Amino acid sequence: MLQLSAFLAKESSWPWTIANTVDTDLISLLTFAAVTVIVGVVLLLLSELLGPRRRDPQKDSVYECGVPLLDDAREPFTVKFYLVAILFILFDIETVFLLPYAVVYKQLGIVGLIEMGAFLFVLTGGLIYLWTRGALEWD
Amino acid sequence: MTDPIYEILIAILKAVIIFAVLLQIVPLLVYFERRICAWIQDRIGPNRVGPVGLLQPLADVIKLAFKEDLTPQGADKWIYRLAPVLVYAPAVLAFTVIPVGIDLQVATFDIGVIFLFTISGFSVYGLAFGGWASNNKYSLLGGLRASAQMISYEVAMGLSIIAILMTAETVDLNEIVRQQWGAGTLGLLEWNLFQQPIAAVVFMIAAFAETNRLPFDLAECEAELIGGFHTEYTGLKFATFFMGEYVAMITMSGLMITLFLGGWSVPWVEIPTDPSIFDVALSVGFFTVKLFALLFFYIWTRWTLPRFRYDQLMRIGWKVFIPVSLANIGLTAIAGVLGWKWLIPLP
Repeated sequence: MLQLSAFLAKESSWPWTIANTVDTDLISLLTFAAVTVIVGVVLLLLSELLGPRRRDPQKDSVYECGVPLLDDAREPFTVKFYLVAILFILFDIETVFLLPYAVVYKQLGIVGLIEMGAFLFVLTGGLIYLWTRGALEWD
Repeated sequence: MTDPIYEILIAILKAVIIFAVLLQIVPLLVYFERRICAWIQDRIGPNRVGPVGLLQPLADVIKLAFKEDLTPQGADKWIYRLAPVLVYAPAVLAFTVIPVGIDLQVATFDIGVIFLFTISGFSVYGLAFGGWASNNKYSLLGGLRASAQMISYEVAMGLSIIAILMTAETVDLNEIVRQQWGAGTLGLLEWNLFQQPIAAVVFMIAAFAETNRLPFDLAECEAELIGGFHTEYTGLKFATFFMGEYVAMITMSGLMITLFLGGWSVPWVEIPTDPSIFDVALSVGFFTVKLFALLFFYIWTRWTLPRFRYDQLMRIGWKVFIPVSLANIGLTAIAGVLGWKWLIPLP
């Protein structure tokens, strides 16, 4: 099991005296992450290094159906996407709150059920409100 | 007591091997996708490079590697470079906690599922950054669509998983797999697919949306957006995006198998408490078979269903899947607390 604090707290001449406390899961994870990042960076570098380099203004210009570029792409876009992002934060936090409840809900019994029911009731009320106000419409 | 250096070496080797195998599945999957697509459309498909075309993905990679690396003018250079890695790395890293054999995964965590969600959530940044940094209108639209779609379906997916966690009462993926094994002829009915069918359906569909696969590939629908967020990417940067997409598919399938399809457990063969090498190999084999069956399902769906419209996609995400999963959680909680097994079969 992962015990980062225990692993880091060992002040010893690594790795000989940490015999039984060595955390193989952490080592596996770090190796995996390191290999992943290295392969990704190598791919990017190869992409820059290999291949020809013949620049010309036409090639460097942004693709837009073959017609000359009209203007920059950094324009205001519909506010709907911000709305979705904010709603996501709300409902994802709801998911996070439900996670611990899901594991212990039987121990909490009827009291937990009522409390979680109230929590879900409020959030479902929010969803219904959004629904009736048309926040979920795309047209 | 074994030598700690020996254990460290084993740990490093395990990580490297799982990484290598995971990345080797990608070209194989691309090849299968093209062959199956050809088969479904009554064509021949790639069959020239190597025996029955098996080396086609390698040829594609070599071709991509020697393509000119273009950065469009006005692009945000560093974000433009970073985006492909930000799509690919989270998809690969999320695979860390998925058990591919008896207690065999890159790293064991108490928090399995939560770790996976935390990491895979990062790939939204890659899509949004790629779309934004290209300074291309199609890319921007594709990136926006992709991020809105992914975050919307992440909620539905998270809620469907809550129901599974309630059935299992743990977030340890190996424990979830153990609970899905059942003895007897009807042992397969212990799979969460049959215990929690609503959650399974919601999860499956959300997985399609999360990985931007048809019928939900609105982010890159070529008829409207050329290539979506990766319109401007060439060469190996495009290949990295592509790889990230396929690894995400493998990770999602792996999670689907672990949560709903019995994971690495072998049907009707009892899980040994002290597994030998043979037991582990057998469980890895069964996991692989299930993985490829599910990947075939992905490809089959892609070449069968037409694409949704964006408003339809968001509507079913928010107005169908989220309420349905919430109702499912409510029912599971009531059934579990009151012990109503007829409502939802719980242990």
